[in-house]
Amino acid sequence: MAAPLTLLLIVAVTIRAVLFRSSLAELIPERVEVVSPLNAWKRVVEGLALLDLGVSPYAGDVFHEVSPLSIPLNESNTSIHPSIMADALTAVALYLAVKDYNKTVFRKQKYALEAERYPLDCLELIRTPKEMYYIPLKVAMFYLLNPFTILSCVAKSTCGLNNAVIALFILCTVKGSSLMSAIFLALATYQSIYPLTLFAPALLYLLQRLYIPVNWQRSSFWLFTTQYTFMYLGSLCVMVCLSFFLLSSWDFLSSVYGFILSVPDLTPNIGLFWYFFAEMFEHFRLFFICVFQINVFFYTIPLSIKLKEHPIFLIFMQIAIISIFKSYPTVGDIALYMAFLPAWNHLYRFLRNIFLVSVVLLACSALFPVLWHLWIYAGSANSNFYYAITLLFNVAQILLVSDYFYAYLRREHHLTHGLYLKRKDGSEATLVLK
Amino acid sequence: PCHLQDPASVMCYLAGVAWFMGLAFEPFTLRTYMSENAMGSTMVEERFPAGERALATGREFAAHKKKVGGMPVDWLVKTMQSRGLEVFTQSFTRKLPFPDENKERYMVRGTNVYGILRAPRAPRTEALVLSAPCSEGNNNNQAVGLLLGLAQYFRSQIHWAKDIIFLVNEHDLIGMQAWLEGYHHTNTTGGDWSPLQGRGGSIQAALSLELSSDVITSLDLVLEGLNGQLPNLDLANLFYAFCQKIGVLCTIQGKLQRNDWDTTSGYSHAAQTMMLMVLKQASGRPWGDHGLFLRYHIEAASIRGINSFRQYKTDTTTIGRLLEGMYRKLNNLLERLHQSYFFYLMPSLSRFVSIGYYMPAFGLLAVILLLRALDLWVQLGASPPGTEDGVPSSPGVLSILTPVVISHMTGVALYTLPILSQEMAVQHFPVSETEAVVLTAIAIYTAGLALPHNTHRLLQGEGTEEGWRVLKLVALLYLAVLLGCTALINFSLGFILALSLVPIAAFITPHTPKALSAAIMVLLSPGCTLLYCVFVFQELQETPVSLQDGWMLFLSVISQGILDHALYGSLVYPLLALLIYPCWLLLWNILFWK
Repeated sequence: MAAPLTLLLIVAVTIRAVLFRSSLAELIPERVEVVSPLNAWKRVVEGLALLDLGVSPYAGDVFHEVSPLSIPLNESNTSIHPSIMADALTAVALYLAVKDYNKTVFRKQKYALEAERYPLDCLELIRTPKEMYYIPLKVAMFYLLNPFTILSCVAKSTCGLNNAVIALFILCTVKGSSLMSAIFLALATYQSIYPLTLFAPALLYLLQRLYIPVNWQRSSFWLFTTQYTFMYLGSLCVMVCLSFFLLSSWDFLSSVYGFILSVPDLTPNIGLFWYFFAEMFEHFRLFFICVFQINVFFYTIPLSIKLKEHPIFLIFMQIAIISIFKSYPTVGDIALYMAFLPAWNHLYRFLRNIFLVSVVLLACSALFPVLWHLWIYAGSANSNFYYAITLLFNVAQILLVSDYFYAYLRREHHLTHGLYLKRKDGSEATLVLK
Repeated sequence: PCHLQDPASVMCYLAGVAWFMGLAFEPFTLRTYMSENAMGSTMVEERFPAGERALATGREFAAHKKKVGGMPVDWLVKTMQSRGLEVFTQSFTRKLPFPDENKERYMVRGTNVYGILRAPRAPRTEALVLSAPCSEGNNNNQAVGLLLGLAQYFRSQIHWAKDIIFLVNEHDLIGMQAWLEGYHHTNTTGGDWSPLQGRGGSIQAALSLELSSDVITSLDLVLEGLNGQLPNLDLANLFYAFCQKIGVLCTIQGKLQRNDWDTTSGYSHAAQTMMLMVLKQASGRPWGDHGLFLRYHIEAASIRGINSFRQYKTDTTTIGRLLEGMYRKLNNLLERLHQSYFFYLMPSLSRFVSIGYYMPAFGLLAVILLLRALDLWVQLGASPPGTEDGVPSSPGVLSILTPVVISHMTGVALYTLPILSQEMAVQHFPVSETEAVVLTAIAIYTAGLALPHNTHRLLQGEGTEEGWRVLKLVALLYLAVLLGCTALINFSLGFILALSLVPIAAFITPHTPKALSAAIMVLLSPGCTLLYCVFVFQELQETPVSLQDGWMLFLSVISQGILDHALYGSLVYPLLALLIYPCWLLLWNILFWK
């Protein structure tokens, strides 16, 4: 399996290297769909230049990146840009993680089969090693060859770096290394706050791996939870303090986290924030910012309760929710959760509107640049046109994610209650998600 | 359900066509009205007196033009200076990718002369442009004369709040392109021009004047600009309002307005006017010197004087008064024209159809593609399920990817080779450069028809029943997205392409009779559509051509399209070559699926 992965990596790097040298390399970093004020390469360069001059990079309103992470980016005169390396790293990490995860899933399925826990008519739902064999490769392929990832990489957006950290976090979690998992989670949180919501699924997975049941009365549960929380908060603390000692000021707190949470930059992007807050009366602003931001974190608790047996699927759901509802989303964020779709191949038969959703996503991706052109260059359309497409794009994403959620739950339901459900009166029953 | 598909598609298609044709019917259109308050109710009294003197200046200009054998730069500079303008010149050179046989030019060298009348009443942050081309032969001398006359008259008035730039451009659009790029510090098409020494404020609106006779019978308004972009409808409204006020006959597409909408001939007159607009817009080329302004967010139109054998004549003084009135109103603008429509079709100068009314015609055609795609999806779902993105794992992604990639390579060849290979073609065949380019393009286009056989040679194994379904699904969705995006930017182009491509996209399968389907497909291919458009356009302009002339015209249209792309960045040629043609090739591949 290593050979196809290597081949894939070579192909992916070649595509990116070719694009880096083409005229598109100047065009793509200007696209609002691909870069946000948070991760634009131009801003990173500016911030580093300020740092070189001995000025705080956070003076002014250009740089919103946590600084120690960007410093290695400075050596960008190497032949391979860090964003390409980040993409490759993400792909390999996802590949290994999914491979390991599939092993666990398969082992669990085998035990369940041996214990004859599945109803008899569910045998067609059982996953075979043959169809699971190529899933890790497909995951890597979905990430590396996704046009969204390629665009984001060619724009040198630091989004690829965030994705790499999250992918490493997933890898460490799946491998069961709680310390590394906590460190990478802290790193991801330190970069962009939102990955905070991944704390719950990671904890659930690690507990599951150690066979500790989620039980409030058990001391082992509390012990491990405290341990993991401590590791997480500790490393977060170290990173924040490191930033402070590097610049000897707390400016970065307001400039990075304040910037993410209070959304002062209303440049149009593919997210939901800019249009609302451009239209809103100033005195409602605080209230609605709270509403919009809580939205990202809100789903964690119900989803964790519903999916406490399936933490990796929960991670997927959380990443998707973050990339839809975060304040400055770009296409690079979407690419990360889309990479997981091949891992849920077996849900295909339960998906209800995958065709509609993929058509809408495709059409919207094509319409973004067209409507942007009509609005900004031709002057004949206006922001409402562009926002309409943004809205549609996000609705399609939400439909996609909820479709997968429903399909996952439905499959689990069938695995316990049998595939062909009958009502009490014998007629065929349909499942309703409540 | 499969048996309802065909009638539903045919119904949708007919409904789309009927809707489109209905747009020209007067009760379905809206009357134009002035939306911009700043130009609405204010009273303007036009007093321009010096028509005769303007004509005299025009004759003087003509004499100097003849003497110099081109643009009389020194004379123009002197004359403009004597009228109290700040005068500047800009020189430019441009080498065309291949000789333009219509206008007989290859190495273009010229000078633009422009004078700025500084606004006496306001900070000079905004400007208006009045331009007249310095054309070959005896054309447009009167336009330059009137421009200079207006400059002198405007100079004596004190109410100008915007700079007014009087521009005489040489070599029509090439000069205009050089001037606009110089003014805005851009260089999109790699021209070579000297930087501008003087500038006014940001340009709010521009009119280009074309006048070749001392008296005229009517004024024609030209709106269609680069890539089918149109100026704000208020500019047309303004022109119409002043024509009404001053009593000048005005036309659009060279067609007068008629009042008998309820008769067949009245309707057909309106339909012809609208279809002329659709064809012109679809061509994506600028139909007057104003066409390039639109790219810079400047509302612009060309006003063309027409002298036919009608009794009723208008003299230059009246045209001067009309222009004075229009500039006085534009001078009142507080912000850019934005109130009225940017997407419209005009069946007559006083009637328009807005985007909300004409888009359903396109939507009805596009929905056929989506219905078909849905149907295919359901069929594919009924057979063993594929993987994630609809690509079934068994027939292999390769059998789908190969035709897609090869079609696009052919498209790239069609886009790049004609210009690259002209030298070689000229050496080996007895043709001129222009002919070489056009004939190479046609040759590559035709060679694409041989593709299906070559695609199959690359593939091992048989194409499956499922294979072509997936390929068709891809082609349908691709076409739908492509046409949708095109129609948003340039409705006319999108609609014409949809008219020809949707039927074949909907009905093509490997099981239809080969010879008949192949003939239909070729007849409805983008190239043939262009040929029909040439004939229809000539027919609508009441200058029908013979088959022979039509073919020659078709060849020159192709060369013009390629030139427009190279010179001004028109997008129609790359769109057709790189996207539409490969998409058609995909459908062609499906027909010959083995």
